[in-house]
Amino acid sequence: MDRNSNKYTFIYAIVMVVVVATVLTLIAVTLQPRQKKNVELEKKKNILSALNIESTTDDVEQKYDKYIVENYAISTKGEKLEDIDAFNVILKKELKKSENEQAWPVYVANTDNDGLKYIFPLYGVGLWGPIWGYIALNEDLNTVYGVNFDHKSETPGLGAEINTKEFQSQFVEKQIFNDNHEFVSISVIKTGAEGNKHAVDAISGGTITSNGLDDMIGNCLSAYLSYIEKNKK
Amino acid sequence: MLSGKHLKLLTDPINKNNPITVQVLGICSALAVTVKLEPAVVMSLSVIFVMSMSNVVISLLRNTIPKRIRIIVQLVVVAALVIIVDQFLKAYVFDVSKQLSVFVGLIITNCIIMGRLEAFALANSPGKSFLDGVGNGAGYGAILIIVAFFRELFGSGTIWNIQVIPQSFYDIGYANNGLMILPPMALVVVGIIIWVQRARNRELIEE
Repeated sequence: MDRNSNKYTFIYAIVMVVVVATVLTLIAVTLQPRQKKNVELEKKKNILSALNIESTTDDVEQKYDKYIVENYAISTKGEKLEDIDAFNVILKKELKKSENEQAWPVYVANTDNDGLKYIFPLYGVGLWGPIWGYIALNEDLNTVYGVNFDHKSETPGLGAEINTKEFQSQFVEKQIFNDNHEFVSISVIKTGAEGNKHAVDAISGGTITSNGLDDMIGNCLSAYLSYIEKNKK
Repeated sequence: MLSGKHLKLLTDPINKNNPITVQVLGICSALAVTVKLEPAVVMSLSVIFVMSMSNVVISLLRNTIPKRIRIIVQLVVVAALVIIVDQFLKAYVFDVSKQLSVFVGLIITNCIIMGRLEAFALANSPGKSFLDGVGNGAGYGAILIIVAFFRELFGSGTIWNIQVIPQSFYDIGYANNGLMILPPMALVVVGIIIWVQRARNRELIEE
């Protein structure tokens, strides 16, 4: 057959596309359960990390089941929502909904020491892409027990520093309410964070990421305010 | 074993005809994935796999490919292989695949691969094409690993995520060089490699 004829070219293209599509579909379908599992494990690892519990791929499931005692979703009015799979709530989608329809996950953990911890997921924008994380509060729902942040594509060495332990350890023991019980969140500021119970040092050279982080913590925590009011001790 | 001519296919691209330092191809990804050694090594292995396999496939098909859709056929083969690599990384080395993020996908646009398909695989037997693919992939990988080694050492003070610069250095006042982490320094390191290579091998110096 003439290799340069239209007919040959068309048949060639059709056969090629069908073969390639079949192979790729097979591979994608076979590997999908494993990939989903990886994403889930990663999420559990991050949640535990907000509790300052380090875990590896092998023991994360076991530790998660041990420490996380409850997981449910709440509305912005602070009411528990039934029939929602809290673990699989995607904040990015919730934030696009109107306030009354949003569902926010709450993870309750019972660690080895000093009472229950409440973990809230966070989601916001950095300089180049999304940033997200988890913040764990003590039983008083005011003092920070630990945090975990991660990002998609912040600048390495600058904005990307938000996922380092050095940066995250600054948040420990900070408080989200001031002495008059007003919500002040935790600010990420350039100077004067030392001795301030409601602020941490921003990253030099990572101003936009730091501001994004500041907004993220403020915005997401305010969705939990009614819940916090009802449950704090 | 390999005869001299075949061995040359494998070793030439590593030194004398290196795709990055001599042909100056594939620079973009060389800048992006060389902040740390681990992603650089995974990227190198992925490129070696994609390049050798696509070379073999195209070489096997070389007598059947219609001339007018030659480039499209090559793209489909490369893209399919890249998706396969990406899927496997996501399933088996999730952490690394997160670090490489979009760059695995961008192997598709790596000009070294298309260049070798056009220049070599379309005209040579599958065996030879395989060696050529491995050689060029390794040449690309070698530079990536050298660059990543220096960038990780000076930028983060670590090698393969293990701290190698002792704490006492930091106590005296040594600091990690933040500039090493940014892409421009990858270009400077590649420049230094090119300089060293040409100083040692005078044949490469242009008139």
